[in-house]
Amino acid sequence: MGRIFSGVPLALFASLAAAQNQVNMSPGVTEIGADIFELHMLIMWICVVIGVAVFAVMFYSIYAHRKSRGHEASQFHESTKVEIAWTVVPFLILIAMAVPATSTLLEVYDNDEAELDVLITGHQWKWKYEYLDETGDNIAFFSNLTTPQEEIYNTAAKGDHYLLEVDEPLVIPTNTKVRFLITANDVIHSWWVPELAVKRDAIPGFINEAWTRVPQEGIYRGQCTELCGAYHGFMPVVVHAVSPEEFQAWQAAKRGAAQAESQLAMQTLSSDELMTQGKAVYETACVACHGAQGEGGIGNAIAGSAVVMGDLSQHMAIVAKGVAGTAMQAFDAQLSQVELAAVLTYQRNAFGNNTGDIVQPGDVAGMNNG
Amino acid sequence: MGDHHHGPAAGVTRWLFTTNHKDIGTMYLWFSFAMFLLGGFFAMVIRAELFQPGMQLVEPAFFNQMTTLHGLVMVFGAIMPSFVGLANWLIPMMIGAPDMALPRMNNWSFWILPPAFLMLASTLFMEGGAPAFGWTFYAPLSTTYAPPSVTFFIFAIHILGVSSIMGSINIIATVMNMRAPGMTYMKMPMFVWTWLITAFLLVAVMPVLAGAVTMMLMDIHFGTSFFSAAGGGDPVLFQHIFWFFGHPEVYIIILPAFGVVSQIIPAFSRKPLFGYASMVYATASIAFLSFVVWAHHMYTVGMPVAGELFFMYATMLIAVPTGVKVFNWISTMWRGSLSFETPMLFSIGFLVLFTLGGFTGLMLSIAPADFQYHDTYFVVAHFHYVMVAGAVFSMTAAVYYWLPKWCGRMYSESMGKIHFWISFIGFNITFFPQHFVGLAGMPRRIPDYALQFADFNMMSSIGAFIYGASQLLFLYNVIATIVSGERVSDEKVWDGAEGLEWTVPTPAPYHTFEEPPLVSKPAGTF
Repeated sequence: MGRIFSGVPLALFASLAAAQNQVNMSPGVTEIGADIFELHMLIMWICVVIGVAVFAVMFYSIYAHRKSRGHEASQFHESTKVEIAWTVVPFLILIAMAVPATSTLLEVYDNDEAELDVLITGHQWKWKYEYLDETGDNIAFFSNLTTPQEEIYNTAAKGDHYLLEVDEPLVIPTNTKVRFLITANDVIHSWWVPELAVKRDAIPGFINEAWTRVPQEGIYRGQCTELCGAYHGFMPVVVHAVSPEEFQAWQAAKRGAAQAESQLAMQTLSSDELMTQGKAVYETACVACHGAQGEGGIGNAIAGSAVVMGDLSQHMAIVAKGVAGTAMQAFDAQLSQVELAAVLTYQRNAFGNNTGDIVQPGDVAGMNNG
Repeated sequence: MGDHHHGPAAGVTRWLFTTNHKDIGTMYLWFSFAMFLLGGFFAMVIRAELFQPGMQLVEPAFFNQMTTLHGLVMVFGAIMPSFVGLANWLIPMMIGAPDMALPRMNNWSFWILPPAFLMLASTLFMEGGAPAFGWTFYAPLSTTYAPPSVTFFIFAIHILGVSSIMGSINIIATVMNMRAPGMTYMKMPMFVWTWLITAFLLVAVMPVLAGAVTMMLMDIHFGTSFFSAAGGGDPVLFQHIFWFFGHPEVYIIILPAFGVVSQIIPAFSRKPLFGYASMVYATASIAFLSFVVWAHHMYTVGMPVAGELFFMYATMLIAVPTGVKVFNWISTMWRGSLSFETPMLFSIGFLVLFTLGGFTGLMLSIAPADFQYHDTYFVVAHFHYVMVAGAVFSMTAAVYYWLPKWCGRMYSESMGKIHFWISFIGFNITFFPQHFVGLAGMPRRIPDYALQFADFNMMSSIGAFIYGASQLLFLYNVIATIVSGERVSDEKVWDGAEGLEWTVPTPAPYHTFEEPPLVSKPAGTF
């Protein structure tokens, strides 16, 4: 193979399509991505050559052997020699394809000697990233779609990274072999970043492995690629590759923020603080199913809900532990105590619910421990 | 024997109680066309929503119901029954038999279909909506996380499976027992051969599908954990079972299409089929290989590398017999005396576009490259090239080719040609750009997409509306032919047509070959 295959089709199609309309696979930024791209181009060009040859024969026949030109039909109808030829020749071509395919596949499967392990868990409909640390001091967070409902429902102009933007991207260091351990919490998802050439199914009860080594800093975007329910189209993957130094600093900052969060959980917050943060949490964690005005959708309505306006402990239990067999998840694994308290307060007071209840982080902690 | 001739019963009972292979074939064909329009309507909803980025017409949950039902209705309601209908009409006439071997079962295998699809369609109106887990219904999305209507879906699949198994047993029994004297296996028309092999595939894999949905039923209602890791089960097991059915299934769909094209190309080339024996062996090899390639649908589930390699090599091998078939068809045309009536146009359209779908299939077989293709629009483009331009084009060719024999009237050739060109162009506008968006990174089964995919999606939707509309022209042409087409009375409607079905009067009488013909010439020779 070789790089000669790479440029030709792009130049060929460039005249047919506008610049922003990508028509081919991206070679991506990783070595594996480039190998896969070349393999893809090699097989494609072999197919193109065979196709052109075979159909040239057919179209010549369509031109030259027409009844309307007075062509008389021959009656030949078999030849063992040509049958053997067109069985053996394609077989040899296939062997030529299988050789580079096998070596690339073996590379993809070389998961050894990773310098960083990240556990990726698919949830309906967000990804959780957890950096596995030997000391047990893991950094973990959820990565939610941030595209506003207004853009999706066409009442606001769509941004540049429409549907491919998240609140917290996966941050990885460049020039480091990063191993992904991929699983799922509910249904099967699939984690894909085209420019890293990594796609692996996230399957509940299984842990799949994949790896990458990103040579250059940048933001790489992808999506869930296994149908995982109503909002399958709305769970993007964003990977932020930064220099190893920047990665160290980022890790330190994340650990610091986690500590500050646990400090905050000890305090009593004002109703305004809770409502402001609660609104923010609602709009990332709840809005897709329960609606921007709490009107419901996939999930029950929040506005006027008997659960939300009724007994706090029952409301808290549903939000924290989820409802088995439905899309309602256990949010205690996804939200901090402060966030849980805030969103509970918000739900009990927004959308005309006006119960006046204030839920403090301490209340949430009390329930979780009880 | 002449005294025993009797025509069809009067009124609706003719259709309800009929055991006549022609009546049953007709019902299968009309039913499958109705399902084709229903599945096509679902496709139009999908393409209308995808016309622009953003959610416009439907909600994401409903979008998933549309993709699911589109797939199920097209595969199980449109394509499969249409070829069974064709088999019913043609196999007895091609092998010189008076009817199918098991006529009452034949009636039953048709009549359980409409209730099954009525039940499947009725799930749209149920609480929680219709099945929304894709036509491949991967667990646990289709079990623990499924809407309540999944139980009706399972029942519908069971009934379809029973219908298919009965239909195939009937075809096997007919072909094995009822061939006219002198009609040896290696003299049978290719269409009969491909259907015989298809019938064996069906008998082998439909019970596997039934097993898969039964396990789902147990998981949902009876507390088992076949597909739930939490209970010690295995969600990947579902995919292995499903694709052990699902891969032979795609050959169940395409082999009869091969058979049709192998009848039509020689007729309009006025030359016997090239390499008849190798065509039979190639078909059998494809059928055999179809059982050992299923996991190429699952390259990303995390199989061991040895498994990936096995399934990659086995899948690549299928290119060999498939290539043999394509080369044989082109050699059949070579130095023939070609004319291009509508059936031939659709057959050539099939040949070109199916081969294109075959090439993308070969690309998809390459496991490392599949990591980039898997579950993108590249796959959607690939299987629509083989399913629509393959199976549906060949089915359309078959209708134009045999319709004059069935009803004794000629269709409008100019309308047929217009139908072909609109279909051909509309199809390619729809599906060719899907290769591009797939390679550029657009996953399948999403109701909304990033902005860089917008232009090609709009193009694709426009193509889909064109292709969809062209099918109404087809419907009109067929009805106009039956009602008021120009009468034909030649036994051989096409001067190059060969085979026993062209030796009976036109239109084909209600009963044919009550006395078996004597066959001496090999199939397809002059």
